[in-house]
Amino acid sequence: MLSSSSLLQFASHNGMPIWVLNTSIALIMSLVVFALCGLGVLILVYMERKVAADMQLRWGPMHVGWHGVLQLIADSVKLLSKEDIFPRNADRWIFRLAPVLVFLPAFIGLMVMPIGPHLVVQDLNVGLLYVLAVPAIGVAGVIMAGFGSYNKYAILGSLRSAAQMVSYEVPRALSILGVVMIAGSAKLTAIVGTQHAWYIFLQPIGFVVFLVSTLAETNRVPFDLPETESELVNGYHTEYSGTRFLFFLFGEYIALIAGSALAVVLFLGGWHGPGPEFLAPVWFLIKMFAIIYLAMWIRWTLPRFRIDQVMDLGWKVLLPLALLNVLITGLIMVL
Amino acid sequence: MVSAIIYFTVFLIVGIIVVAAMLGASKLLQTRQPTQAKLDTYECGVPNITGDPRIQFKIHYYIFGLLLVIFDVEMLFIFPWAVVFKSLGLFAFVEMLIFIAILVLGLFYAWRKGVLKWV
Repeated sequence: MLSSSSLLQFASHNGMPIWVLNTSIALIMSLVVFALCGLGVLILVYMERKVAADMQLRWGPMHVGWHGVLQLIADSVKLLSKEDIFPRNADRWIFRLAPVLVFLPAFIGLMVMPIGPHLVVQDLNVGLLYVLAVPAIGVAGVIMAGFGSYNKYAILGSLRSAAQMVSYEVPRALSILGVVMIAGSAKLTAIVGTQHAWYIFLQPIGFVVFLVSTLAETNRVPFDLPETESELVNGYHTEYSGTRFLFFLFGEYIALIAGSALAVVLFLGGWHGPGPEFLAPVWFLIKMFAIIYLAMWIRWTLPRFRIDQVMDLGWKVLLPLALLNVLITGLIMVL
Repeated sequence: MVSAIIYFTVFLIVGIIVVAAMLGASKLLQTRQPTQAKLDTYECGVPNITGDPRIQFKIHYYIFGLLLVIFDVEMLFIFPWAVVFKSLGLFAFVEMLIFIAILVLGLFYAWRKGVLKWV
């Protein structure tokens, strides 16, 4: 966290217990991160609609506010004031808990993301493992949503989602290994710190595998099998409405933000860029939104895969490629 | 380390509180008029004819879960190796090569057995 060491010194001088200070800083930071999350999701939904409209030669939202910027505030108020429908047959507690379990891990996972040289909430030694492991808990929420809804579309969607996330977890983690080997650390700030040349040039295969499996992990088109609207209505969130649906939306977009941020940290040089140091977060955001734009571009230009093609791509193409990448990287480093 | 645990806990608690607050706010804002048709399981507008949707599903989902367990543990094992790889040199590289080769053999076996085929 920024300048936390000087604050800790201040605390010890004034006889304040350190854990009190730590907790209060953590409280403020968590609220800040939540506010940024909310803002980010709003921007992303607006951007998604505008990009989609642009690709299909439409205008997109135009009426509420200047070029429709206030549309999303109207939309979120609408979603908040909608009726929460509990289907008669649904398993009450599982049905209620599922959206929370999708949203919470995605939110907590953002804790280690460094957007500037000192702008990171907690710089863990195992930051990379943390950022892979914690958001993965969201799969449990998706499966719970499917089973809790007591709806055939929801169950099929959640099963597919589980199979898909499980399959792409492996190549995603393995594609990062090359970067870890070169950087010699699993700490996210250290990985950015060693990137004088962007790792995308040293690890082109790793970057491609990482990007594709991130798209699959976040259930984005062309991997949106869990919610194929033409066959499964809306997949695992068919039965959800109102605020609970909003949490699914939140979880999905935060996952996209986290995925692109991780791609920037690992492969695109993080906050590095020309200009003075206070521009670092700006560079980070520019790179992040470039990746997000790429994801949206892919979404609105490519058709959806079939489930067997998705599985084949994961296990028969991406996994061997990722292992090969580790091998090549190791070989070059040893020689 | 302790501060990391504090931060994690605070984030978790704040997340839960924010979620609860949003659900509470929506409860105050919304009107509830549950009708018979609204509470039905959604099946594209027709009355529910499927019955129990929790049917038997394909064994493939389970097999992919098993494969994940194998490869995720492998991944966890390789991570520490990758962190210190620079200082270990050739010996560690050959060792990891053997380890990965065994796993690739396993993957190849599963592949040939048709486990990865989605029918």
